[in-house]
Amino acid sequence: MKINVASGPHDPANQKAVYVFEAPVRLWHWLHTFSFLVLAVTGYLIANPLPSLAGEASDHFLMGNIRLIHFIAAYVFAIGFAVRIYWALMGNRYAREIFYLPFWKIEWWKGLFHEVLFYLFLRRMQDKTLGHNPLAQAAMFFLNTLMTFFMIGTGFALYGEGLGSGSWADQMFGWIIPLMGGSEAVHNWHNMGMWVMITFVVIHIYMAVRADIIGRESSVSTIIGGWRMFKDDQP
Amino acid sequence: MGIQQTFYEAMREHGITRRSFLKFCSLTAAGLGLGPEFAGTIAHALETKPRTPVIWLHGLECTCCSESFIRSGHPLAADVILSMISLDYDDTLMAAAGHQAEEILEQTIEKYDGNFILACEGNPPLNEDGMYCIQAGKPYVEKLRRMADHCKAIIAWGSCASWGCVQAAHPNPTRATPIHKVITDKPVIKVPGCPPIAEVMTGVITYMLTFDRFPELDRQGRPKMFYGQRLHDKCYRRPHFDAGQFVERFDDEGARKGYCLYKMGCKGPTTYNACSTVEWNGGLSWPVKSGHGCLGCAEDNFWDRGSFYSSVTNLNVPGGVELTANQVGGVLAGAAAVGVAAHAAASVISHSVDSNKGGKQS
Repeated sequence: MKINVASGPHDPANQKAVYVFEAPVRLWHWLHTFSFLVLAVTGYLIANPLPSLAGEASDHFLMGNIRLIHFIAAYVFAIGFAVRIYWALMGNRYAREIFYLPFWKIEWWKGLFHEVLFYLFLRRMQDKTLGHNPLAQAAMFFLNTLMTFFMIGTGFALYGEGLGSGSWADQMFGWIIPLMGGSEAVHNWHNMGMWVMITFVVIHIYMAVRADIIGRESSVSTIIGGWRMFKDDQP
Repeated sequence: MGIQQTFYEAMREHGITRRSFLKFCSLTAAGLGLGPEFAGTIAHALETKPRTPVIWLHGLECTCCSESFIRSGHPLAADVILSMISLDYDDTLMAAAGHQAEEILEQTIEKYDGNFILACEGNPPLNEDGMYCIQAGKPYVEKLRRMADHCKAIIAWGSCASWGCVQAAHPNPTRATPIHKVITDKPVIKVPGCPPIAEVMTGVITYMLTFDRFPELDRQGRPKMFYGQRLHDKCYRRPHFDAGQFVERFDDEGARKGYCLYKMGCKGPTTYNACSTVEWNGGLSWPVKSGHGCLGCAEDNFWDRGSFYSSVTNLNVPGGVELTANQVGGVLAGAAAVGVAAHAAASVISHSVDSNKGGKQS
């Protein structure tokens, strides 16, 4: 099967499909998604435990297991993100998009403004983009990338409290605890970070599904298969 | 009060027997986690070293540190330590008063310039030039600065001196300020707690007098030997936490069985102190053992963090918003869900209008 490959978003002759998200990016996306899901559920249960169990303490290890699952998922989340950072350096240009904002480019700001107007129903036509449009990029940068750094940092700082002073987590991340005003404050902000990311997930899934149904380009299938497909030939 | 007198001589003068003295040395070595061989080191140091004077100042405080200190579980510890310090200056405990008492400060500066330890209980208020705490006709902060200029090192007793505590709670009208933010050119060791545990206090002061240095400190200036772990890490109810067995109400079956107090707001998981190992009043009890959660009194700003009876407490956003992460986050995520639903509905309408026009979008 011959696939027409576009040279850029405004290549009306051949813009059927462009390979945007490489395999490591797609794999990370789903690792990130499912580890976050596990982290959010277990994290909520650590802050707000399930109803008390009866019987002997030696018969149960419920809270211990919930914490264990949280820590394993946290390692998946953190190591996955570390590999993703590596891929941002090694991969194509779309692999770098979520790690920076090209705020020095006037077109980027125009694009951002256009997207905001589009989502307010004040513009009928969305610009075609291969990776993320400026609004999506900004949301991804602040609510996912920076929050991921924040959650990994605060998370391992709290983990280091359990491992003990002098442990690797304490040495690398322990400084965060006095910086934020103590262990209790870090717990609370770590909890808040979860809610910010849940808010992001709600909007992110909506935008992706919406783009697939009534937008001009593929979205959900792109993060599964990697190819961005366009539905029309207009610029 | 000869300058050559050793600690040991001072203690003997106060009627402490050699047997009691050696007991104290072993107890303190164990308390400091130093191992039995250090009992001899401590005894030797106290026998041979000239006594280091300790000046004990009181700023804005409630005297609970002193109350704790003089009730040191091992009665001996208090006797021994008090014989080291009460000779010099502690306006709560000493017999002298008025001009006589204030003279001692000047005499100490004269005799032991750069060689005495300044133990601060409470903190200075800085608003209105320090007028909220006047001692001998002068703001306390001036007295603190003068003594700090001439001392060797400072011990910040309790949460007041270490963090600010209750009088520094929002909105802190007197601008009560912890010692390390007022005195920045001298080493400060923090011994937080409201009050700190008596054995911790005597342990710290003995270590300093014996070894002429601070014990190993953590990032925030607290001695690691007593503040290296959270209460939760050594709590005897920890197995119930791991099992998922919690007190849900103070009158339920779990409370009677001694389950974990986490759901009742116990701050053990976020509080660094030695309560769960050293305990209080000579190992008699401590808050969790008596069935109530820890309030987190040894932690910075514990007073302003919200409920003592909830596991999730306030975010402490500047401006004094008293909301928890679950409250803010629930509203945030809920608003996002509602916004998304509304936007989806508007999108369907907008899209069908466009389609009916044979519109621009396919």
